[in-house]
Amino acid sequence: MKWLELVVLGLFLALLIYAEGDLPERGDPRAPASIHVSPSYIEQSMRDTKTPNIVTAVLADYRGYDTLGETLVILAAGLAVSLILPRVKTPRS
Amino acid sequence: MRERYENPIVEGVARLMVPLIQIFALYVITHGQYGPGGGFQGGVILAASLMLLRLTLGEEYEHRRFPPSLAVLLATSGLLLFVLAGLLPLAWGAPYLNYAYLPMPGLLEPEARYLGILVVEIGIGMAVWGTLVTLFDHLMGGEAQ
Repeated sequence: MKWLELVVLGLFLALLIYAEGDLPERGDPRAPASIHVSPSYIEQSMRDTKTPNIVTAVLADYRGYDTLGETLVILAAGLAVSLILPRVKTPRS
Repeated sequence: MRERYENPIVEGVARLMVPLIQIFALYVITHGQYGPGGGFQGGVILAASLMLLRLTLGEEYEHRRFPPSLAVLLATSGLLLFVLAGLLPLAWGAPYLNYAYLPMPGLLEPEARYLGILVVEIGIGMAVWGTLVTLFDHLMGGEAQ
């Protein structure tokens, strides 16, 4: 069945190469990602939040909900490790 | 349980470096609004300073000064600070996490949002700090709870 995997992988590769042609150029100022909300962040974040670092303003203010989830994920991962690891008994030298 | 590293040079360098590392971490957290930095990075540096202490001075001594249960408490209270900073504006009829409505008299809207970002960064820093110290304690084994 190895040839089948190769064929499927080749088809996916062809699909990705085909789809890549429609992506905007790197650094294109008229790409959809650069004309939706980015200009308003760049122009207004200093006036709105008095924060010169636009990245921080977006991270903690405009997209604060996202950052809350990120922090929750980190805390949940740490708590999961602290619940699982003490049960694993390893002989210590 | 990690034993104390019996070497005056290692111990001296660790004792010298840890305050500098921690001051730098506080700088990174509070400088997040002006340059590269923020809660995630600063919290990691704070955790690294504690790991250095645990590795050099031994866990028996360090667990008395900063017990593993305190790290869990620190991590959860950091996230709680974040959640509360988001919940406060709800009482004034504003959307969740809209710091412009933080109940701070005499603050203009941009200043309130600036303060909100700072509080949230500190909360993130505490959460990351506590989580990483917890991870370290459990990966080292021992009596960490």
